[in-house]
Amino acid sequence: MKRFLLAAAFFAVLVLLWEAAYRAKIWSPVLLPSPSQVVTYLEGAAADGTLARATVITMRRLLIGYFIGLVVGLPLGLLTARWKLFGDTIGTLALGLQTLPSVCWVPLALLWFGQTEAAMLFVVVMGTLWSVIIATETGVRNVPPIYRRAALTMGSKRLHMWFKVILPAALPFIVSGMKQGWAFAWRSLMAAEIFVTILTGFGLGQLLHYGRELSAMEQVIGIMIVIVVIGLLADKIFFSPIERFLHRRWGTSQA
Amino acid sequence: MLRAGRHHSSATEELQIIPPSKLSVEGVSKSFRSASGNVLALDRVSLKVAEGEFVCLVGTSGCGKTTLLNIIAGLEKADSGAVLADGKPVTGPGRERLVMFQEPALFPWLDVFGNVLFGLKLKPNLTNEDRREVAKYYLELVGLSRFEHANIHELSGGMKQRVSLARALAPNPRVLLMDEPFAALDALTREQLYGDIQEIWKARRKTIVFVTHNVREAACLGDRVLLFSPHPGRIQEEFTVNLPRPRDINSVDLAAHATQITKALKSAGKAEAIAPK
Ligand SMILES: Nc1ncnc2c1ncn2[C@@H]1O[C@H](COP(=O)(O)OP(=O)(O)OP(=O)(O)O)[C@@H](O)[C@H]1O
Ligand SMILES: [Mg+2]
Repeated sequence: MKRFLLAAAFFAVLVLLWEAAYRAKIWSPVLLPSPSQVVTYLEGAAADGTLARATVITMRRLLIGYFIGLVVGLPLGLLTARWKLFGDTIGTLALGLQTLPSVCWVPLALLWFGQTEAAMLFVVVMGTLWSVIIATETGVRNVPPIYRRAALTMGSKRLHMWFKVILPAALPFIVSGMKQGWAFAWRSLMAAEIFVTILTGFGLGQLLHYGRELSAMEQVIGIMIVIVVIGLLADKIFFSPIERFLHRRWGTSQA
Repeated sequence: MLRAGRHHSSATEELQIIPPSKLSVEGVSKSFRSASGNVLALDRVSLKVAEGEFVCLVGTSGCGKTTLLNIIAGLEKADSGAVLADGKPVTGPGRERLVMFQEPALFPWLDVFGNVLFGLKLKPNLTNEDRREVAKYYLELVGLSRFEHANIHELSGGMKQRVSLARALAPNPRVLLMDEPFAALDALTREQLYGDIQEIWKARRKTIVFVTHNVREAACLGDRVLLFSPHPGRIQEEFTVNLPRPRDINSVDLAAHATQITKALKSAGKAEAIAPK
């Protein structure tokens, strides 16, 4: 409770400083709107449904793309760890492509898929996939051989070995890879939405883009806040509990 | 029992004492290729272990004890020679012969109960209730019922070894292969475990091959103590320990045996690392 109050106080001070900067008219009000103007914009956008619609569209792209990235990436990661042939080919490819900022996929996606949902999905998948492959591969390679041997003596083989020993043993790596994949996917999707107008739906990135076109700073800042909040929520709701569980089980947490 | 295809066994049946195996290692050799050339880890090692016998292997570090245990377990293949369990050649790992490894091998992603249950889940013809009951029985046997839902990292070293023991015992193997299970523990905890392991061995009737550096420990636990000599690994000498059980590690008779074994080692000029503690 005390931690919560302190955090709340911190954000209150932040907003107050913002308000003070606005009142002091250091920057033109066109460039720096007041907190209340931003709130008014957000209220309006929430009331007429723009915000909800854009959020749903963005999240749908993100979740579907991310899911595809996971479903394809996990098995590929296992294969690259298991067979040299896959390691030399897909493993190397993943290592190379992971260093490519995923925004770089946007022009290619546009040429291949045009201004469609498929282009958006493609960018998200590319953001997720390589991190997941690499994390899974690293995780599997780092499983201490003693776990396999112990399981072997108890009669574990093939699929049982993969699902009950190797995957769980690699879980800490896999989860951190999933988290990184999520961050990359989220960033690349925002970049893509700002960069490209997709005729089939207006995402948060597009709202941001049009805020700039209309010089509506309160819209730009409002949407930025929404994007930050979504990122935070994903972390708090999805990744934090998993990580806390892993820390508790493995005893790796300091806090 | 008639030849009933899939016969369903209950927890009580699962907990029944099954006859231990007899082991026979026949001329097993094993060499490893390493950066510094070939290392002959085992050179034509032969030994026999009777049903229900407790045999200790003593030897300096690097003389091939773990290698031999791995070969008996079926985790590694011998270059030549064979291991027979009840007359049948060992071709791979199997739950008839379970291992307590030298390194920590408990699964950190499972809690204590999950670890003990792991091998049981791989045994067919048991219901889940049976498995839970059996796992509870062994946790009780090693005195850790209270910790069934603890995470592995929350246990002390001695408790971890107890869980390893329970996990190895739970699938009711005929042979237990123990590789320096108590090396990392303090003397008091070890003494307690010597008592426990003797009691469990008596209660569950297992053939046990137990590897150690500690001569006194070997004399305390073994019916027989085999001395290994290094480079290449061979069985150098064999001692029979005819003391009544349960044995106390601090008893005078036992000390006499230990001294005798140590002396044998020293006279062979290979006692570097084997001085009793
Ligand atoms: N996988 C391996 N690759 C190469 N050399 C090995 C391997 N395993 C064991 N050796 C070598 O074989 C010899 C015997 O090793 P082993 O682990 O069986 O010894 P040990 O008697 O168990 O020693 P300790 O008491 O220290 O555990 C050593 O010289 C070791 O270097
Ligand atoms: Mg060893």
